[in-house]
Amino acid sequence: MENFEPRLLAFVCNWCAYGAADLAGVSRLQYPANIRLLRVMCSATVSPHHILRALQSGADGILVAG
Amino acid sequence: MQEVTGEEGNFTVTLKKQPRYVDASKCTGCGDCARACPVSTPDEFNLGLNNCQAIYRSYPQAIPATFAIKKFDRAPCVRTCPANVNAQGYIQLIKAGKYAEALKVIMEKLPLPGTLGRICPHPCEGNCRRQDLDEPLSICALKRFVADQVDWATLPVPEIDKRDEEVAIIGSGPGGLSCAYQLALMGYRPIIFEAAAEPGGWLRYGVPEYRLPRKVLQREIDYIQRLGVDIRCNSPITPERTVSDLIVRDGYPAVFISVGCQESVHIRVPGIETEGVVWAADYLKEVATTGIAPTAGKKVVVIGGGNVGIDAARIALRKGASQVTIVCLEGPDEMPASPWELEETEKEGIEIRHSWGVKQILPDGGKVKGVWLKKVAQIFDEQGHFAPKYFEDQLDTLDAEIVIMSIGQRSSNLRFLTVADGIELTPRGLIKANPDTLATTRKGVFAGGDVVTGPYVAIAAIADGWEAAVSIDRYLRGVDLKEGRQFPRRLPAGGKWQPIPKNNPTQRRSPMPTLPLEEWGQGFQEICLGLDPEAARAEAGRCLNCGVCSECMECVAACLPGAVNHAQTPEVTELEVGSVILATGFQPFDPRGLNYLYGTHPNVVTTLEFERFLSPGGPFQGHVQRLSDGREPKKIAWILCVGSRSNREGSQAYCSSVCCMTSLKQALIAREHIGQQLDMAIFYMDMRTPRKDFEKYFQRAASQGTRLVRSRIHSVEALGDSGDLQLSYVTEDGKVAAETFDLVVLATGMVISPATRELAETLGVQLSRYNFVEHSCFEPVATSRPGIYACGVVTGPKDIPQSVREGSAAAAAATRQLAAARGSLLKEKVYPPEQEVAGEEPRIGVFICNCGINIGGVADVPAVAEYARSIADVAYVQENLFTCSEDAQTLMIERIREHNLNRVVVAACSPTTHQPIFQDMLRNAGLNKYLFEMANIRNQCTWVHQYNRDAATTKCRDLVNMAVAKARLLQPLNSLTVGVTHKALVVGGGVSGMTTALALADQGYEVDLAEGTDRLGGHALNLHTTWRGEQVKPYLHELIDRVQRHDHIHVHFEATVIEAGGSVGNFTSRLSNGALIRHGVVVLATGAEPYRPNGQYLYRKNPNVFLSLDMDREIATNSRLIKNAQAAAFIQCVGSRIPERPYCSRVCCTSSVDNALKFKEINPEMEVYILYRDMRTYGEREFLYHQALQKGVIFIRYQLEDPPQVEEVDGRMRIRVTDHILKRPLELTVDLLTLASAIVPRDNTQLAEMYKVALNEEGFFSEAHAKIRPVDCATEGIFLAGLCHNPKPLEDSIRLGLAAAARAATLLSKDHLELDAHVSIPIDENCDGCAFCVDGCPFQAITLMEYMKQGQVKKTVEINEILCKGCGSCMATCPKQGIYVAGFSMPQLTAQVEAALGLI
Repeated sequence: MENFEPRLLAFVCNWCAYGAADLAGVSRLQYPANIRLLRVMCSATVSPHHILRALQSGADGILVAG
Repeated sequence: MQEVTGEEGNFTVTLKKQPRYVDASKCTGCGDCARACPVSTPDEFNLGLNNCQAIYRSYPQAIPATFAIKKFDRAPCVRTCPANVNAQGYIQLIKAGKYAEALKVIMEKLPLPGTLGRICPHPCEGNCRRQDLDEPLSICALKRFVADQVDWATLPVPEIDKRDEEVAIIGSGPGGLSCAYQLALMGYRPIIFEAAAEPGGWLRYGVPEYRLPRKVLQREIDYIQRLGVDIRCNSPITPERTVSDLIVRDGYPAVFISVGCQESVHIRVPGIETEGVVWAADYLKEVATTGIAPTAGKKVVVIGGGNVGIDAARIALRKGASQVTIVCLEGPDEMPASPWELEETEKEGIEIRHSWGVKQILPDGGKVKGVWLKKVAQIFDEQGHFAPKYFEDQLDTLDAEIVIMSIGQRSSNLRFLTVADGIELTPRGLIKANPDTLATTRKGVFAGGDVVTGPYVAIAAIADGWEAAVSIDRYLRGVDLKEGRQFPRRLPAGGKWQPIPKNNPTQRRSPMPTLPLEEWGQGFQEICLGLDPEAARAEAGRCLNCGVCSECMECVAACLPGAVNHAQTPEVTELEVGSVILATGFQPFDPRGLNYLYGTHPNVVTTLEFERFLSPGGPFQGHVQRLSDGREPKKIAWILCVGSRSNREGSQAYCSSVCCMTSLKQALIAREHIGQQLDMAIFYMDMRTPRKDFEKYFQRAASQGTRLVRSRIHSVEALGDSGDLQLSYVTEDGKVAAETFDLVVLATGMVISPATRELAETLGVQLSRYNFVEHSCFEPVATSRPGIYACGVVTGPKDIPQSVREGSAAAAAATRQLAAARGSLLKEKVYPPEQEVAGEEPRIGVFICNCGINIGGVADVPAVAEYARSIADVAYVQENLFTCSEDAQTLMIERIREHNLNRVVVAACSPTTHQPIFQDMLRNAGLNKYLFEMANIRNQCTWVHQYNRDAATTKCRDLVNMAVAKARLLQPLNSLTVGVTHKALVVGGGVSGMTTALALADQGYEVDLAEGTDRLGGHALNLHTTWRGEQVKPYLHELIDRVQRHDHIHVHFEATVIEAGGSVGNFTSRLSNGALIRHGVVVLATGAEPYRPNGQYLYRKNPNVFLSLDMDREIATNSRLIKNAQAAAFIQCVGSRIPERPYCSRVCCTSSVDNALKFKEINPEMEVYILYRDMRTYGEREFLYHQALQKGVIFIRYQLEDPPQVEEVDGRMRIRVTDHILKRPLELTVDLLTLASAIVPRDNTQLAEMYKVALNEEGFFSEAHAKIRPVDCATEGIFLAGLCHNPKPLEDSIRLGLAAAARAATLLSKDHLELDAHVSIPIDENCDGCAFCVDGCPFQAITLMEYMKQGQVKKTVEINEILCKGCGSCMATCPKQGIYVAGFSMPQLTAQVEAALGLI
């Protein structure tokens, strides 16, 4: 497990979390590169289907931020 | 704003715009400039709690993201330097270790940095502001350091466009070399005629080698020669080659003369002709040329205390003199030689005999044997002219074999000038030259340096050389010598500079390393060895950056789009406007003058500073810490009313209104940041939380452990070096107490700035006694000058919701007279017709941005592009340096057409900032703007994985793949539009409803006004005067009259809303009078009622117990009642601030205090008591409270648990109450009792249901957001005004009425409302009408419906696209995939998920 690099997928709300992720960039806050952000207009858009599909497809963790 | 002329409706405003030095149209906000900037300066946005660069963006989220440069005046060092060498600039570059760049900055003006870095007397250091702290910077040594860091032999020569003209320069001293250098850089061919065998002038022949090694001078002259300067030595100007010959015969179009002052001034004293007397200039030249000196083994006396005399003495010592003595007229502190030279001289063992003049040289056998001296009586006469006098009876002799005379220098080498040259001289025998242009009386001949100024410093000659080069260039190009020319050399004294930081640790200057003292006199080795890099950078770090921006130009080099422009100047523009709105805000009170240690102790901060502590975007990323030691505080005290509610000098008498709530909020948020263990204590006088929901917040803060200490603060003291602070205070019952805290926060009040006061004067706007904009309660946003309006704190202390509301109110007032001009300046953009792409196979274009080096510098962009080419359906891939630049946009449109692209992906920055730009580009290319997707590979990739190129590149690839996956499935969408009914329904005919109706009607909109009773006026019918003393009745009557007479207003009496439907832009409402109204917006202004206590405090049991409103009437109509009363009392908070009604009714404190004052006015003998809980005379109303105290009104504070008891005794009222100071029961007997009763809402439930508007717990209508949208309801198109929102005084109802009108007008002014295309769309064949989505929709946009389909009832859902916000709750809830959000459909999101995980 020591070298385990999880593959993470994040669903982020356009109005808050996506903006926060942008701001992290402007402030040059460094974080690990193994996360992919997917923009949605509201975290309510995220269906369980997407979460399950992501886990089936090899994601190790899901973040819904909104 | 410099001037406003004209009148209401027709103003001309003169604006002066300060330059930002960055072109906003080119700046991409990448921040590369700030990373290159070496200057650190206090960050104003964070109130100086941390530092930012001189080129900065106010804060990370700032929009636009454009950077700006902070420049004050040029630093004093730069100004003082005769050549204006940019010392601050090169010092900053040294600090940053950028030595080559530093040298470049120096060499803009100074081609001899190593030379001047050794010999310049550096006047710059004399004006360095660092000496106010400890010592000036060692600027000269730093200059030398830089020059010594580079290899001059390989120093690159810039590319120069050569010109044909040759220019003759006479003399190769600093002036001649400087002029030649500058001309060479301009492309001219300078030819220097030098009489001596080697170039350099006095630098070579006068300055001793131990100060300036010849190789240093030579390497710099060599470099100048590499630029193309031709130096011809042994080429004196003679009768065979006169100046005139150079022009007429040899054809030089211009000549510069800079031959210096290289000859000693001769004086006549007896014996001066004796052998052994030599002149200093000759002596120095002889030693420099031949290396032989006549002083070897001799006793030497040097006459003269200038730098040349010192040089001569020290050379004599090195050339083997048996003894060297300097004799000078001056005392030890008056000598003209530089002090550091004198210090070195004394260290070398040379004796200086002060205040002696030469009486005679004593000869012996034709040779010098000594000097006869006489004592100096004075050197200068009363006018300050040199006029030495001696005591002829105080004499002395000195033995000497050689006497070196060094009493001054002059230019005698002008003998080469002839009459034909036509060059005039001054009476002092110097060349006459124009002080600005250095032109002599001969056309085309210029002169500078000592030959014009007399003996002076080398750097001034350098400056002249540069100035002459500018003149010669102009002369040769046929441009006027003076026109439009800047003379930066002559800058005014004084200026605006970076304040000298306080609490800066002392840091002495880096000492200059030297040879061991015993080696000094041994030879001509250089004594000063120069700073090492570590010392130099430390020294450079001491610079205070007086000018803030150092103009080192590193930002210019770093900015790839070329947005930085240091040459910008202030811009003056004129605007034609109809109205002006002042919204200049406030500045926080400066608490330095109070004994709270602010400014001297790091752990005493203001609330505004603490706000930055709490901000995640603040200096500590939201981690609360002490400035003294970075430790997280465990105990924090807030001191309220700092600078407010005080008659102390410098403080303000008014209440700043916001500080109580700010402190409560900060206490709770600080605890969220620090944890439950935080001890918060608020020291206050009265807790003033009268605004909506604030009282509940106050109760919450108290119940969650905020300690509330009613007290007066005596002082704050530091406890040793611990960083802790001790608060001494007096409690309400007079006890003295003290407590220790880790951090003290001062709730500083709001003050109007001097700049605003000046502006008001410029505009002719009157200010109140407290400097707020003077206004009436009836026109709360109008100023004394018609057409100029004001909002925000400039009209009085207020918080954010009130400021936002007042902003809208000012907009309504300011546009009222301008309705006719509405829309007249609008221009509509025309786009080409949209291409039909629906049936086409996707042809995706991918444009990948490098963003300068922001993306390309981290990720491998070519690799990402290569990868993109491999993705299916991608038809074209292109890299751009800056995708957002205008030329890139034009090119993209061409590519879209050329490659027939029907979907576009831009991999660049964030859609939040740039999507609209690219969507506009798509429309210009004839594509639907929804056929676009962005991959955020900058903000969310290369900026956050800066040090991992491989991982960032991989992530970029995935993000591009995800964007392409979605783009493949994109369909064109059409933004929906709905028409707007240009009509408003106002519910409620009180002051706020009427104000809204009138404001809208004046704008030209039709208004239906529904009033539930048979008359207009509402609650205001019961009011008599405002707190400012204005009569309400006349105002109200006029208002009612105007409403009733207005053509656009239709008043419905005894009418309530009984039915309502529709949504923003198109509502339909039925009134109880039968009227059916179609309208675009609704304004709810249904008012409120006074609370009538049921028998409490003898209300309605004793005729002399009144509610406040009734008492207002009695005062207005029945003054006898008051005249006859001996005593009167007011009881506050009757029905307010109690568990069942946990809000403050806001108006009652002011009302009671105002009435108490009226009692005292009518009947000064009357005893008046006010029984209160917290005295809430907020803002400028505090003035009334002060007055009441002065007039003897007695204030007694009671507690909720122990309310006053009232009983009737002989027709009078006996009140028992516990005195808050004595803690003992008091008994008062009064004739009149006024109950300050609560304002309670009407039953608004039906209206709330009909219009889908929320009510708060107390039954007042809720706004969409307390701070951001305080006038709007959460349901679009519905607005709030007046008391139905919360208790408020008349002026606030008027404000809110205006604000509601402005908000409503933003919708009514549109013909169509454009709706977002990202709305939900049902898929009828999948939908079985289970209605899961109907309940889940937070916007009530979905309705269940049935219809006949193939003979059967089919259930399905219908979307109201106007109400739908595209949140997707329905899509996530639906088990049948029967509904989706356009642009974010299930297949689109699934494709992105799969792309992210590499499945497609």
